[in-house]
Amino acid sequence: MRRLLTATAVASVAALALAGCSNGGSEGGGSSDDAAIITVNSTEPQKPLIPTNTNEVGGGKILDSIFAGLIYYDVDGAVHNEVAKSIKSDDSVVWDIQLNEGWKFTNGEEVTAKSFVDAWNYGALLSNEQLSSYFFEDIEGFSWDEDSELTGLEIVDDYHFTVTLSHPASDFGQRLGYSAFYPLPSVAFEDMKAFGENPVGNGVYKLAGDDAWEHDVKIDLVKNEDYKGDREAQNGGVTMKFYANMDAAYADLLSDQLDVLDEIPASSFGTYESDLGERTVNQPSALFESFTIGQFLDHFKGDEGKLRRQALSMSINRDEITDVIFEGTRTPASDFTSPIIDGWSDELDGAEVLEFNEEKAKDLWAQADEISPWEGTFKIAYNSDDNHQAWVDAVCNSIANVLDIKAEGDPYPTFAEMRTKITNREITTAHRSGWQADYPGLYNFLGPLYGTGAGSNDGDYSSEEFDSLIKEGISSTDAKVANEKFQEAQEVLLQDLPAIPLWYENVVAGYSTLVDNVEFGWNSVPLYYQITKTA
Amino acid sequence: MLRYILLRILQAVPVFFGTTFLIYFMVFAMPGDPILAMFGDKTPNPAVLEALRAQYNLDKPFILQYLLYIGDIFQGDFGISYSGREVSAILVKTFPVTLKLAVMAVVLELILSITIGLFSGIRKGKFFDNAMLIISLVLMSLPIFVIAFLAQFFVAIQWGLASPTVGGNTAWWNMLLPAIVLALSLYATSMRLMRGSTVETLGNDFVRTAYSKGLSRRRVIPVHVLRNSLIPVVTNSATNFGILIVGATVTEGIFNVPGVGNTLFQAIVRGERPTVVSFVTVLVLVYVLLNILVDLLYAVLDPRIRYV
Repeated sequence: MRRLLTATAVASVAALALAGCSNGGSEGGGSSDDAAIITVNSTEPQKPLIPTNTNEVGGGKILDSIFAGLIYYDVDGAVHNEVAKSIKSDDSVVWDIQLNEGWKFTNGEEVTAKSFVDAWNYGALLSNEQLSSYFFEDIEGFSWDEDSELTGLEIVDDYHFTVTLSHPASDFGQRLGYSAFYPLPSVAFEDMKAFGENPVGNGVYKLAGDDAWEHDVKIDLVKNEDYKGDREAQNGGVTMKFYANMDAAYADLLSDQLDVLDEIPASSFGTYESDLGERTVNQPSALFESFTIGQFLDHFKGDEGKLRRQALSMSINRDEITDVIFEGTRTPASDFTSPIIDGWSDELDGAEVLEFNEEKAKDLWAQADEISPWEGTFKIAYNSDDNHQAWVDAVCNSIANVLDIKAEGDPYPTFAEMRTKITNREITTAHRSGWQADYPGLYNFLGPLYGTGAGSNDGDYSSEEFDSLIKEGISSTDAKVANEKFQEAQEVLLQDLPAIPLWYENVVAGYSTLVDNVEFGWNSVPLYYQITKTA
Repeated sequence: MLRYILLRILQAVPVFFGTTFLIYFMVFAMPGDPILAMFGDKTPNPAVLEALRAQYNLDKPFILQYLLYIGDIFQGDFGISYSGREVSAILVKTFPVTLKLAVMAVVLELILSITIGLFSGIRKGKFFDNAMLIISLVLMSLPIFVIAFLAQFFVAIQWGLASPTVGGNTAWWNMLLPAIVLALSLYATSMRLMRGSTVETLGNDFVRTAYSKGLSRRRVIPVHVLRNSLIPVVTNSATNFGILIVGATVTEGIFNVPGVGNTLFQAIVRGERPTVVSFVTVLVLVYVLLNILVDLLYAVLDPRIRYV
């Protein structure tokens, strides 16, 4: 299935490229205008541009463009070495990292083992309050209680360092492409705040000058001629225009004032295909959406809860909702991860619980009623500052019709309010939930969400079987074995349904008549370096 | 006169404290923890959460937070936004943009509404008057975002006469489209006020006297009629400023103008107390000053109005 999806994606991209070429008259790909600047949409970064303190998309797009890490992810999410010459581990605990020589930051400083070790120590230090500090949690010496050096990092020589973890993590090497792991030049540590305003990286692009970042308006990036990796820019640079409102960005796209829009606003889902013709992209992404029913809620504990969760899941017509409410811009879920992640499968045992089955749902619900009769209204909490109402209403309708109970949405005005209630366990209903992966690995969708006591386990789910399978997977040095364990762990989840999978969010995007070769990475961000200008 | 102006300015002091306190309280009362929201769907470690809260004084009781904020303001420090930028720097950057947009809109609105209102009033009941009344009725019943979207779609996207968004290019010609939209949203009421006021003035004895003295229309209309009819329109344009700021929030979003409205909206969404309160405070001060200015304009328009 995964292969099929990838094949379709590649085929459609190829078709798009061909269509673009016939318009532009150029052969696309190889010959491109090196001076051409492409314009893309983004949002004002919420924080200064420090790799370990940026966890939102606006800042992430810039950091990923101006920094090169040990590895990078290609269009399928597969890992390729970049600054790293090799990343090896025999036991998933001690990692041996060799660097390529000759990489430089744009201020001329060389990228060495120290550039990584210092940056990681900075990001992990408690008193630096970095939003992404949890990425270093697994490295020996990390502490949430006091300032502590990462003793697990050891510099062997300028181009060689080792990382010792406090417990095995077979996907550690796979995580290293995330922005939190980027190296920093020594100038950064002199004044991190000033550095965040005007960062110096080693990536495909660099800031166009001292005033390249015009706050709330745009940031100008130009090609970094000193970049040494495989992802050489096929254009002269990228200007990221900041939009607070996606409708405005869409208006710019329609009049060719913007080259690539990576998120079509929901208000245009009905028309974007006719507006843009072939210049559209609609494919699954690494964004999983669900709703969670706390294990501690009345009627949702123990066996009764298990039956009710399964009944609820089977009473939702995912195909119809993704079609009607989302106009085909979501893909119904068949597991807890995402189809673009390596190891994904839609043939898990028990996956039929995610299919619409009225008879079975009614039956399961009745069985649960025998344990303790249902009363009251089933509610799904959501934040109304985003487009959730329509699907929540549709899901509730579907549930109400099938199970013949009352079901309705429970709106919270803001995301912040809902998250606070969830974190404090003050929410007494089901609530919408979702997960966007930090790196393309199965474990990232499972461990942090459903492991006993895990940081983002909002429903307080706990299963010994699941925990041990996950642990086996993450300790295994064989990627194939690891993925098998993660699949088995998911089969446990399919029975218990700590969260009820709904659908994967698609990348729904479009581009102007002036560009070609627009492809999206695993993280739903276009691969800017590939884009070529046709006119 | 000077005493009057001083008194009016002194009145702004309690207004300043009252509004900042109220707004701070309202933002404080907004449910949800803005720091928690920074982490998205991911649950942060409590230690990091505590440290970040302390950094923005969010761990202190409300009244202390407010006093700390006010104390900083008197030292010229408007605080730091969650993005690590000085709020004063954001103010300095965004206010001129919105001010430019507002001035353009008000000038357009006044020119349109005064000339059309005056002619409508003079030709009361004729075809021109009726046509203008119908047009203004249509404009009045359209919400500003409808006008904005229509203008953006037709003028910019379909006919390609303007750029659909403003973005970084805040040259006056590039802001003309949003300014026209804002002007149109205010135009209808002002035009009707001007028309009504003109009709009323025309029926006054002093106009008849002016004509009977043998003065020409060319002298009577501008000097006697226009000047006397302007008073309600001028008052109205001050209150319009409030509507303009609300309208600017909508239009700035639609046309992607990097101004006060857009920034304020983002700050509210993120629950950024220092940014929201500082922005609203400055808006309130501008509003108060404008009202003083309008009161003073009365004296110019109608010498019978005197301040004691």
